[in-house]
Amino acid sequence: MEKRYIYADHAATTAVSDAVLQEMLPYFQQHFGNPSSIYEKGRENERAIIDARARVAKCLGADPKEIFFTAGGSESDNWAIKGVADKLAAKGKKHIITSVFEHHAVLHTCEFLEKHGFEVTYLPVSPQGLIDPKQVEDAIREDTALVTIMYANNEIGTIQPIAEIGAVCKKHGVIFHTDAVQAVGNVEIDVKAQNIDMLSLSGHKFHAPKGIGALYIRKGITLPNLIHGGGQESGKRAGTENVPGIIGLAKAIEDATANIPAKIAHLTPLRDKLIEGILKIDQTRLNGDREHRLCGNVNISIVGIEGESLLLMLDYFGIQASSGSACTSGSLDPSHVLLSLGLVHEVAHGSLRLSFGEELTEEDVDYILETIPQVVERLRAMSPMWERMQKENIRLNADKTRLVKEEA
Amino acid sequence: MNYSAKVMDHFTNPRNVGEIEDADGIGEVGNAKCGDIMKMYLKIEGNVITDCKFKTFGCGAAVATSSMATEMIKGRTIDEALQLTNRAVMEALDGLPPVKIHCSVLAEQAVKAALWDYYTKQGVDPEPIVGKVPDMEEE
Repeated sequence: MEKRYIYADHAATTAVSDAVLQEMLPYFQQHFGNPSSIYEKGRENERAIIDARARVAKCLGADPKEIFFTAGGSESDNWAIKGVADKLAAKGKKHIITSVFEHHAVLHTCEFLEKHGFEVTYLPVSPQGLIDPKQVEDAIREDTALVTIMYANNEIGTIQPIAEIGAVCKKHGVIFHTDAVQAVGNVEIDVKAQNIDMLSLSGHKFHAPKGIGALYIRKGITLPNLIHGGGQESGKRAGTENVPGIIGLAKAIEDATANIPAKIAHLTPLRDKLIEGILKIDQTRLNGDREHRLCGNVNISIVGIEGESLLLMLDYFGIQASSGSACTSGSLDPSHVLLSLGLVHEVAHGSLRLSFGEELTEEDVDYILETIPQVVERLRAMSPMWERMQKENIRLNADKTRLVKEEA
Repeated sequence: MNYSAKVMDHFTNPRNVGEIEDADGIGEVGNAKCGDIMKMYLKIEGNVITDCKFKTFGCGAAVATSSMATEMIKGRTIDEALQLTNRAVMEALDGLPPVKIHCSVLAEQAVKAALWDYYTKQGVDPEPIVGKVPDMEEE
């Protein structure tokens, strides 16, 4: 088969779309004015931002006043969590509920707050990577200030019952924040219907540029200012606005949310074909629930090989993907998400994440399904771990989370 | 991760991959939990390493350093192989990213572990000659 180039890392970032770029371009040179300026060159950009805010709000079922532009998902998460913590600590509420497999922007922020006197409950996730709203309800206390649970997981693509978790929080009068960085453009979001008080999003995950994001803050919640200075973003986040980025974000979120049903219809069968095809390889496991899963996410552990060498070899064949192995996470431990599912290190090291956008074709899928078994065979042939598994009859156990010696 | 062209060459076309059936020394270092295992096979005649093969489970740097280490000791004397340092392996690969330096250490240890096994099989106490090998798996 002829070599193809397939970008299979949409959960990492996406390209700016032509439509988004075209809308942004005038704001670099022609409409360069400072939105705070009194003359027309400034006022036209102020109007453009007002319009963009309304467009973003509409896509989420929010009011324009509830949308605050930020530099991306991590900033939004930090602001939401630290902001609520700061606000409610004064009322004696110093307890936060989150989950063990959140993005580091949430986890490290919670760890930071623990050092400053907050208590954090890290809810475990099911072996399928799901959180039960009942877990959240059971963890809520008198002094709970905030619940923060991600909408869709960035590694294993599992989609949480957000509306139900939101309802539980509403019932108990606790603020509910969700990191929806991976969900926007893949899942229908309506902040009111889904009981979401705060929501983080990041433009570059859905064809806006890097460096632009937003935080939805429900009316009635007042966070402390994130950046002190001028009056931008209602004085909450000072600094001259990233006008081209804001315009790009508005266009990108409109396109992404309008396209959800078509994207799901196109990608779901391709994703399922990939999952079934890769699982035909001996000693593999699907990470994350099969049903409650982003339409473009495939995450499979391939035992006996190491993730980074798998990625480099796939790259050699034109497939760009990601892994949760220790070597790719930049630490000694494999991904906390995979470990949260109960996987031992040996099984987590061989993980492969493929994440797709709508340009994925049947031919791409066939190429990937032809390439992966070859690459796996080649790496297993040089793996002393695989050799030992064969010689000593070591296999994945029944739930495929660890390796056991099977008696002959 | 920016690997040098040499690292990528040794990763995509590793030299001396495989096993030696009647090896005179076999060494294994690392473990699956940490994500790195290197297994080194030596054929030794007189004082010379006449053949050398390896198997590695690990990242790109782990494969490349083991491949390079086999090239650097093949045809050399045992004394020369004992002089092989992780730094020399790294330099031969035009450097490694800082987080991957431990892979070159593992390659040096794999060679030493195989020589340890060789002396043990010869009935010679390896420790005074080879020195301690920290991450070695003893059979």
